[in-house]
Amino acid sequence: MPILEVSNISKSFGSTEVLKDINFDMEKGRTLALIGSSGSGKTTLLRCLNFLETPDTGVIKVNDEVLFDASDPNTNKDSEKRIKRLHFGLVFQSFNLFPQHNVLKNVTLAKELLAKERPDYKQNKKQILGEIEEQAREVLDSVGLSEKMLNYPHELSGGQQQRVAIARALVLSPDIICFDEPTSALDPELTGEVLKVIKGLAERETTMIIVTHEMQFARDVSDVVLFMDDGRIVEQGPPEEVFGNPKEERTKHFLERYFEG
Amino acid sequence: METFINVSLNLLGGFRYTVLLFAYTLLIALPLGLIISFGSMSSFKPLRWLTRTFVWIIRGTPLMLQLIIVFYAPGLIWGISAFGRMEAAIIAFGINYSCYFSEIYRGGIEAIPKGQYEAGQVLGMKKGQIFLQIILLQVIKRILAPMSNEVITLVKDTSLARIIAITELIYIGQKYITASALLWPLFYTGVFYLVSCGLLTLLFQYTERKLKYFAV
Repeated sequence: MPILEVSNISKSFGSTEVLKDINFDMEKGRTLALIGSSGSGKTTLLRCLNFLETPDTGVIKVNDEVLFDASDPNTNKDSEKRIKRLHFGLVFQSFNLFPQHNVLKNVTLAKELLAKERPDYKQNKKQILGEIEEQAREVLDSVGLSEKMLNYPHELSGGQQQRVAIARALVLSPDIICFDEPTSALDPELTGEVLKVIKGLAERETTMIIVTHEMQFARDVSDVVLFMDDGRIVEQGPPEEVFGNPKEERTKHFLERYFEG
Repeated sequence: METFINVSLNLLGGFRYTVLLFAYTLLIALPLGLIISFGSMSSFKPLRWLTRTFVWIIRGTPLMLQLIIVFYAPGLIWGISAFGRMEAAIIAFGINYSCYFSEIYRGGIEAIPKGQYEAGQVLGMKKGQIFLQIILLQVIKRILAPMSNEVITLVKDTSLARIIAITELIYIGQKYITASALLWPLFYTGVFYLVSCGLLTLLFQYTERKLKYFAV
């Protein structure tokens, strides 16, 4: 059974159709790379999965549970969305760390707030908060930032900030973690450290969807590649096929342009 | 020498009203301004339109006129005196300053990148949590400079309250001209304002330094 099933998703902004009948599914533990030129709808698709945009049509299922169904307004209530979106994590292009909180607090804040909703929170407050901090320390350690826990975001390099953002998403243990061009805002010499962390996650079979312009990285890290153009999924398959032997004209054209440039 | 001490004590008595009016105005206007700013940013058009019209009227007419209206209008229209002098002054000042504050808040809130809200959302935070835990402190940091301007202006604006016979600092100072033919007590009031504003400036500088630890 696939962990994620996306069917018939479409989305328009005004009269511009950004997503046109998107269908795909993915298995647990896989890494899916979403490639395509700017404006092809990759980021919008990711934002739909994270409930930052509401699709006009379609269904999103995780572990066979319907999270969103455009024809059922019940699945689109704000109160429901808040909890449902925790099936997904999202790492933004521009990190979006909270500037007034140190690294550790950036990672623990959401989890602490969620813990307040637990019925036993008041009784076991100290223990719960201790556990959260312990988990945060572990996750920060796994992205190589145990030294920086008490620093503030503006004291870190872009690469370090993005690794904090990854830790912040990981600590909530989402089923699927999404990356929206995680290295596009970084200086070239800093992309490596972030890509290495993502690769490490792939090796530990974290389920991931990565929107990226780093073709070599997409090829190395992914199990499945989706090529999008003009709001549609034009081609999908294992990276060797999509990169090595693309079937569609548009995919060939895109890759040629990319590797020439 | 005795006059100097007497004048000082009398002015201090007036200064008490100045401080009271200042403190109550802030007490009302700081939170009310935030509520008004939410109204003026509301996605519900009629509310936004109504709030912005209200802000336009309050900012578009003199505070002195508003003081007179709040104090005298209930009597003229309904034949009742709804408020005492001080209450009327606090209401007029509170509403007037809320409107100015609301625009400062709005500027600060609108300057926060959308990504800050979205980051909170995807982490499962509630709207109120996002505002209190993420947005608010960033807004405060951003609006500190314009707020210090308004607050310092307020110190001196309190002297307008003499128009409805509140015996604040300038009122007392002025009385010496007519009652004792002394001009210097009026000049002397300036020292009170100067010292107050100096202390407030230090307080704002301190807060600014306290919030230097992060960058927005």
